[in-house]
Amino acid sequence: MSKVYSDATAALDGLLFDGMMIAAGGFGLCGIPELLIDALRESGVKNLRVASNNAGVDDFGLGLLLQSRQIKKMSSSYVGENAEFMRQYLSGELELEFNPQGTLAERMRAGGAGIPAFFTATGVGTVVAEGKEHQDFDGRTYILERAINADLSIVKAWKADESGNLIFRKTARNFNVPAATCGKVCVVEVEEIVPVGAIPADGIHLPGIYVHRLITGTHQKRIEQRTVRAKETA
Amino acid sequence: MSWDRNQMAAIAAREAQDGWYVNLGIGIPTLVSNHIPPGVSVTLQSENGMLGMGPFPFAGEEDADLINAGKQTITELPNSAYFDSATSFAMIRGGKINMAILGAMEVSEEGDLANWMIPGKLVKGMGGAMDLVAGVGRVVVVMDHTNKAGESKVLKRCTLPLTGKAVVDRVITNLGVLDVVPGGLKIVELAEGVSKEQFRSATEAAIVD
Repeated sequence: MSKVYSDATAALDGLLFDGMMIAAGGFGLCGIPELLIDALRESGVKNLRVASNNAGVDDFGLGLLLQSRQIKKMSSSYVGENAEFMRQYLSGELELEFNPQGTLAERMRAGGAGIPAFFTATGVGTVVAEGKEHQDFDGRTYILERAINADLSIVKAWKADESGNLIFRKTARNFNVPAATCGKVCVVEVEEIVPVGAIPADGIHLPGIYVHRLITGTHQKRIEQRTVRAKETA
Repeated sequence: MSWDRNQMAAIAAREAQDGWYVNLGIGIPTLVSNHIPPGVSVTLQSENGMLGMGPFPFAGEEDADLINAGKQTITELPNSAYFDSATSFAMIRGGKINMAILGAMEVSEEGDLANWMIPGKLVKGMGGAMDLVAGVGRVVVVMDHTNKAGESKVLKRCTLPLTGKAVVDRVITNLGVLDVVPGGLKIVELAEGVSKEQFRSATEAAIVD
């Protein structure tokens, strides 16, 4: 059975329904599944609950799904770069669940690993801990955080082989690994699909067991904060 | 007289010990990497998934796949390593990072830290700050001693929502250096030209000798 689909719309066919929960990879605009986000926008699917560290910018990434009012709830750690997000949140149109970044990553990882909840010291004594079970272990207080299990994972990797084994590039790996593992179905977009065997087995970052559908296409890969140094002061 | 941003960063850089893994926050903490003393080898962690963070790239060499936690383009070093976000925060929560240097809005005499949210104003989120203060071995705060209205940011109790409770070890401000100790804050060092009286009058928190 081939995992390779012709394009993002074909790869999402039969997977989408209103009110579904989606886990998305990416950090800022780095390593976001931009082709799948475009296809979600075209699909018109509504009332999405999305777990993603950030929410893109107004005209790129998940910001496109906010613009089209397709998202009902975001679970994120930082949403600073998106004016439309703020407007919808402050007007009450959009639900927002702030998660500490490591808690969000671990909630996804736990979901993918069959762990329904875990204790962490992160957030103890803050608003994040309100309403959560507290327990002491060896003299330190921890709070109970629930795993995230999504209906769909959308992920961007650098290369895949035809069996779905993935490699990521530099810091574009980020949330793509935990997000990939916590969905019932995981759809991955890559820059290049290579034949089986072209990626050394020891060099695979995420094995194909987590990957159900695969597409390739042209990525914009926008840079959010272009910072450089001058040659002469190097 | 008081220290400027670069002097505060240089004071903070003295905290680094040879062989340490360190996470630097956004703002003045970012400047700390310019002041690491010679002979001290420090590996910088960027919580979006990198150890061995290098300087900004030269123009034309920016890579969309290589950014820091502030989403700025950066470069890699010969010892750099990449990993996913769950692994990144596992090393933070697992106590593997020796020190975090962070900015702050308020610090209390018990070491409480507030640096992520002002109620009624734009809420952007805590990012990785709550994980860092809960998991990292030593937490050093670098900030101005007072706000724009001249009010102390070193308080008996924080007024803003907390990032972490009793998490700060040392506070470096433009007026001096303070350690969090039982009963309050202890002056470690005063900036040049700042008297103990000036320092105390700019500080709401209890100062213990």
